[in-house]
Amino acid sequence: MTDIKAQVDVLPGIDPRAPLLQINDLHVEFRTRDGVAKAVNGASFWLNPGETLAILGESGCGKSVTAQAIMGILDSPPGHITRGEVRYRGVDLLKLREDERRRVRANKIAMIFQDALSALNPVYTVGFQLAELFRTHRGMSRADAKNRAVELLDQVRIPAARSRIGDYPHQFSGGMRQRVMIAMALALDPEVLIADEPTTALDVTVQAQIMGLLAELQRQRNMGLILITHDMGVVADVADRISVMYAGRVVEEAPVYDIYDKPGHPYTRALLESIPRLDLKGQQLTAIRGLPPALTDIPQGCAFNPRCGYAKEPCRQDPAPPAYAIAPRRTARCHFFREVLGD
Amino acid sequence: MSDPTLLATVEGRPRSLAGDAWDDLRRNKIFWASSVLVVVILVMALLPSLFTSADPASCALSNKHKGPTGAAIFGYDSLGCDVFARTVHGTGDSIQVGILSTLLAGLIALFFGLAAGYYGGAVDAVLSRGIDIVLGIPFLLGAVIFSGRLSGPGDDGVTAVTVTLGLLTWTSAARVMRSSVVAAKNQDYVSAARMLGASPARLMFRHILPNAVAPFIVVLTLLLGANIAAEATLSYLGVGLKGDAMSWGLQISEARRQVRVAAAPLVWPSAFLAATVLAFIMLGDAIRDAFDPKLR
Amino acid sequence: MFRYIVRRLLQMILTFFGATFVVFALMFANQDDPIQALAGEKPISDTLRAQLTERYHLDEGFLGQYWYYMGNLLTGDFGESLSGREISAIFSTAWPVTVRLAVMALVIAALVAIAAGVWSGIRRGGLFDNGTLTFTLLLLAMPVVVLAPVAQWIFGMELGWFPVTASRDATFYALLLPAIVLACTVVATQLRVTRTSVVENLRADYVRTARAKGLAPRRVVWVHVLRNSLIPVITLIGVDLGVLMSGALVTEEVFNIPGVGSKLAQGVRTEDGPLVVGFVSILVIVFLVMNLVVDLLYAALDPRIRYE
Repeated sequence: MTDIKAQVDVLPGIDPRAPLLQINDLHVEFRTRDGVAKAVNGASFWLNPGETLAILGESGCGKSVTAQAIMGILDSPPGHITRGEVRYRGVDLLKLREDERRRVRANKIAMIFQDALSALNPVYTVGFQLAELFRTHRGMSRADAKNRAVELLDQVRIPAARSRIGDYPHQFSGGMRQRVMIAMALALDPEVLIADEPTTALDVTVQAQIMGLLAELQRQRNMGLILITHDMGVVADVADRISVMYAGRVVEEAPVYDIYDKPGHPYTRALLESIPRLDLKGQQLTAIRGLPPALTDIPQGCAFNPRCGYAKEPCRQDPAPPAYAIAPRRTARCHFFREVLGD
Repeated sequence: MSDPTLLATVEGRPRSLAGDAWDDLRRNKIFWASSVLVVVILVMALLPSLFTSADPASCALSNKHKGPTGAAIFGYDSLGCDVFARTVHGTGDSIQVGILSTLLAGLIALFFGLAAGYYGGAVDAVLSRGIDIVLGIPFLLGAVIFSGRLSGPGDDGVTAVTVTLGLLTWTSAARVMRSSVVAAKNQDYVSAARMLGASPARLMFRHILPNAVAPFIVVLTLLLGANIAAEATLSYLGVGLKGDAMSWGLQISEARRQVRVAAAPLVWPSAFLAATVLAFIMLGDAIRDAFDPKLR
Repeated sequence: MFRYIVRRLLQMILTFFGATFVVFALMFANQDDPIQALAGEKPISDTLRAQLTERYHLDEGFLGQYWYYMGNLLTGDFGESLSGREISAIFSTAWPVTVRLAVMALVIAALVAIAAGVWSGIRRGGLFDNGTLTFTLLLLAMPVVVLAPVAQWIFGMELGWFPVTASRDATFYALLLPAIVLACTVVATQLRVTRTSVVENLRADYVRTARAKGLAPRRVVWVHVLRNSLIPVITLIGVDLGVLMSGALVTEEVFNIPGVGSKLAQGVRTEDGPLVVGFVSILVIVFLVMNLVVDLLYAALDPRIRYE
């Protein structure tokens, strides 16, 4: 198996010292009948091996679209990547040919999706869908691929894996199905795993199990994990760093404890204030006023300005605030980050 | 698209489904083309003399198989009748049978669909089996038996064909009605209205029917086209219209044996029939597309 | 799977009794003189009258008549036509050519529908898609009474590409034009359902997963999307069989093919009641059995049905 793996590794221009994954100034837009929706407007972040980066934001902020752009599975049309880089070990994936790109998927960067029931093909057995990876990417025989599939199901702790390999997705419970998804994503030992709301569709108790499993598998394999979520509770438990997205931009990036301690952007602050906390029981929760902007009509300047209590004249004018280095390893796109940090 | 919330934000202000559908229809060229065609066909059915002054029944054997002339632009058939006049006058019976049989089918479907969908349970089981049974008889086979039985000697067969088609073609419309009623009934707002004590009649007419109407009308529009074609088929086989009736199916049947000598008597009724069916299919498609934006 | 088969079988039996009852009722209901109804407008001799009365037990009540009719059906006794021939004998000489015709039509239709439907579903909005959409629209607008005579006239008589008629042991080539005509009656709906189904499935989440797995686009479409897309197409084939039977009635008559359809059409024209009732009863049974087969095929394609 190792020699086959070596063949796969031949990706021109790979630099082992370069960051595992680096996204620079990514722009994605959807061209629809009703206009151009700017889903991602200059997202930038990086990821190191063994690290967990949480991308946090409301629905529609562009976090899932960013993930799909990294994977190269954006529906196009209507989706178009108009600018930016997705560098894996220094190689810009956006410049690769489609067949080279395809070898990166699942081999180097894999992804798991929110709803495992619809993300798995209903008419094929779980075993078929797992074995398919080994057969198409590794050229394994049917029997070998099946054995590997059983091993994988074992690794994600599905009981009686050998007998369940012939079952169809709808015969599994929600949590077990998500485990199958995870097994599928990890099949080819990727270095980066993108998890798009992996636990949103699950019961709370199952959520914890799945997150635990993910964290454990990540540790074993020293994988970089991008966790896309809107759930600040999940983030606090597992993430090392957080990128907060708003209207297609990363508005704040910081190590997880710093951000919970002292948010550097008014939006992050508002998000934190809107989650219920045990220690503040009885106090009124603050909802963020207003709505996220329509992606066809993003406000000038800082996109958050119409909803922001700190906003002053400069916030309403282009260009948008730059990513200020507000502390070591921390950036925030807010002209008034000092006031926000100080409050 | 991948991210549903993205669409929601693109959409802008909320509009009603019907208003949206009408906006869509108004911009749809196919809708206008088929509507104009349908109107022309209806006028032709009601007032054939607007289109031709010739009497389709006054034929002179001396004109047998003559080519087109100024008076008879499609020429003459094997009995020396004016093909254009006969084709135009054939519209009436074809359309009448089509519309009336579709209305009959629609009424039966409305009853079966509403009752099965609204009451559910045992009523649904019984009525749905009833639908299965009618579906178990290939349509034309049932029609061949039944239509012949219904029309007496000397009759023109219009009533017989109408009733036959109505009784055998309601099933798909009933299924559509049933499933949209079931879907509407299970909506949260309908449950809410029920809990607030709305009467069954109010539930039905205010909350359930409006949601079921659009797909029902679409099926019936398509069925209208199909029933016009079915009448032609029955007449062609000799169990449809007969005697004084003058439908396109009859004309095709008569013209077929002479086609080597004169093609016009076959071609023109065929063309009119196809154009009519086409008009109703396009109309139904346009309405469906307007109400079902999913497939755009 | 077993429960599914049993349930379908029970449903079929119920439908079978219902459908034959309806056919029987349609035949004899609302008739002052059922014998005259069987014989049409022809004069009837006393011997024939006695024969028919005995055959259909017309001296019994309606339910009694149905009872005997069912008994005869189930024992394979379909009686004699007015011309005095065994109906089962007429049927057995007629069916082989009809089955060949129908199978040819079904294969042609399925191949065209699936290939063109998948292609236009993938390239939605493209030139090919718009072309097939227009073409299927025109096909849908052509009832078989238009299609069969016009095709025979243009391709058989004017252009001379195909034989105008076909005999009982016709060659593949002689049956090709009628088979294409027959295929045209079902291909448009099949193609459209395939296309719609492919379009919907291409948007499904599992397709995104398949792409994320680094599978080639060809594999995504022909392995993952196709099998899901065929599920509604398979159910459609059950309905199509009824359309094919109706189509065969006209097509065989037009092309003079001595099959089941033209014999039945002949029976209708000569007002041979026993022949018509016998043939229709057999065809209803064939239709129901074929639909059961389609249901099983459906279950084979869609595991969610099997385990429900």
